[in-house]
Amino acid sequence: MGQPLDTTAIGGCNPEAAICTREVTRDFRAGQQTITVLHGIDLDIRAGELTFLVGESGSGKTTLISIMCGILWPTLGEVKVFGTDIYELGDTELVEFRLNNIGFIFQQYNLIPSIDAANNAAVPLIAQGMDRIEAREKAVAMLEKLNIGDQASKLPSQLSGGQQQRVAIARALVHEPRLVVCDEPTAALDATSGRRVMDLLREVAVAEDRACIIVTHDNRIFDLADRILVLEDGKITHDGKDMPEGH
Amino acid sequence: MLWIAIRMLTGDAQKFYGLVFGIAFSTLLITQQLTIFVNLIERGASGTYNVSNADIWVMDPVSRTTDVAYAMPATALDKVRSVPGVEWAVPHLRSQASVRTKDGDLEGVAVIGVDDATLIGLPKRMLEGSPDVLSQPDSVIIDDVGMTRMFPDGSPIGERLELNDQRAVIRGIADAIPSFTSTVVLYTKYSQALNYVPGTRNRLSFVLVGAEEPAQAKALSERIERETGLKAQTRDEFAQDGIDFIIENTGIPLNFGITVALGFIVGVAIVGLTFSLFIRDNIKQFGALKAIGVTNAKIRRMVAVQAGLVGLTGYGLGVLGTVIFIWSFSADPTFKGFYIPWQIPLISALAVFVILALTGWLALRNVLKTEPASVFR
Ligand SMILES: Nc1ncnc2c1ncn2[C@@H]1O[C@H](COP(=O)(O)OP(=O)(O)OP(=O)(O)O)[C@@H](O)[C@H]1O
Ligand SMILES: [Mg+2]
Repeated sequence: MGQPLDTTAIGGCNPEAAICTREVTRDFRAGQQTITVLHGIDLDIRAGELTFLVGESGSGKTTLISIMCGILWPTLGEVKVFGTDIYELGDTELVEFRLNNIGFIFQQYNLIPSIDAANNAAVPLIAQGMDRIEAREKAVAMLEKLNIGDQASKLPSQLSGGQQQRVAIARALVHEPRLVVCDEPTAALDATSGRRVMDLLREVAVAEDRACIIVTHDNRIFDLADRILVLEDGKITHDGKDMPEGH
Repeated sequence: MLWIAIRMLTGDAQKFYGLVFGIAFSTLLITQQLTIFVNLIERGASGTYNVSNADIWVMDPVSRTTDVAYAMPATALDKVRSVPGVEWAVPHLRSQASVRTKDGDLEGVAVIGVDDATLIGLPKRMLEGSPDVLSQPDSVIIDDVGMTRMFPDGSPIGERLELNDQRAVIRGIADAIPSFTSTVVLYTKYSQALNYVPGTRNRLSFVLVGAEEPAQAKALSERIERETGLKAQTRDEFAQDGIDFIIENTGIPLNFGITVALGFIVGVAIVGLTFSLFIRDNIKQFGALKAIGVTNAKIRRMVAVQAGLVGLTGYGLGVLGTVIFIWSFSADPTFKGFYIPWQIPLISALAVFVILALTGWLALRNVLKTEPASVFR
């Protein structure tokens, strides 16, 4: 595990941080009202760790990781991902930054139904412009790491939920991104397959130079975390290796 | 990515076929209806085109088409012949008559009297018999469409008719472009036609003129008008007059226009609906692609490729359908000589392009509007 960073420091970002947010605030407009979902979040996420983001429904977890991975603009504040101030990038540059640096795992998998598992897993490489055959080979290798190499030629509809989520994990990792974000990766799975998917994810996703953030409700998998952040009403209220008492 | 776009589309077979069907249907309707329309109104010029060797048609100033003509006094022929630049001029009679067939049926026919000496006024080709048969007494030549109409089973050669109560014998069949109404046409010598057509004083419908310099026909026609006070039209002008007459005096352009517009609207409706359903079903996938890092420009290209694939397949099928339609009806006299003018596939291609550009753009808007952040919801 990396050196602990001073997460309370306001202002400049530690250059070693994989993700650094400073005073990140996000408002949503609901009719006439403006609700503030995130209240000045200051966070440093380290590479080489599996970081869990937990909190009650509506506490702002999804909003926070969306901002950290460059798909939702903060109302105020700054976000640096591996030293790049991502919301200072132009639109196309930001899209390309995501393509080259970030892997996404969604609760609903969002696989393309008409192409097989290997091609689904190869999508980021194909989007990067890699030759289709080469991309597919890499994707198959990644599926093998996730123990579903034998399912490579099946369509998503022919796979179980756990298998589909593993294809989605392969898609998130195939291009070796430096940051992996997952929102409720086990929510659509039963306890056993959820646990199995998370064990695998921990095995393949955690790497020295990669940061991995997982949003989850699932208290059965808290023991896998290197670090747990608790979000309450848009503020970080706990930061440690284990869950605080009372949760 | 374009490969993925195509697989996304073809993977959803139902919608893909729906889209292709929509485009094919529109193309077929537009191409086929425009083809019939053009061929039909061109029939308005058939009377002119059947007499291919006349450079100029001279007529009474009130005459409008080969079938709407007011007769001139016989002296008009000599007046026209005396105009410099006229190489030859022959009389031409066109009139309506009634025919009683052997079975006693009455049929309205067109009688065309051609020049006795030169036989100018007959269609170029004969299907059966030679033009010379007209020198035999009471001879008439029937046109091929008229033949199939009056004698559906068996050759009419040698058949006797009562033409306005005069005896007529069919001795030949001409290969002619049918008229707009597909009326039965009987060709006979001018002198004989005068017997068949009830006697009014003036019966000369047209004077057909061959120009010394066919390239200067326009100038010659103007000179004929100046010197004779009659109306003179070059062949092309007079053919156009026939077409214009049909356009102006029938509901045909409107009827076909409505069908073509319907083809377009139905295309927009089917394709627009199916396309937006397709996009809606795949919006999550498009959202995921956007989050992962596919630019809007690439998404645009993906949708364009999807539209292009649908367009090419559907358009090809539609044009093929039209060709098969025209081909399979080519034996039917109503469709004799039908062809597909090259402009028509171009017009339907343009319509397909507009349909797809419109519906693709509408569908695309939803994709572009999708926030990448929506994938976590
Ligand atoms: N696009 C939006 N427009 C308006 N309000 C929003 C939007 N997205 C989120 N919110 C609001 O922000 C708050 C936090 O939402 P968020 O999705 O971040 O919560 P969460 O912690 O992920 O909850 P859950 O555990 O249920 O997924 C909620 O009150 C939600 O209604
Ligand atoms: Mg959430």
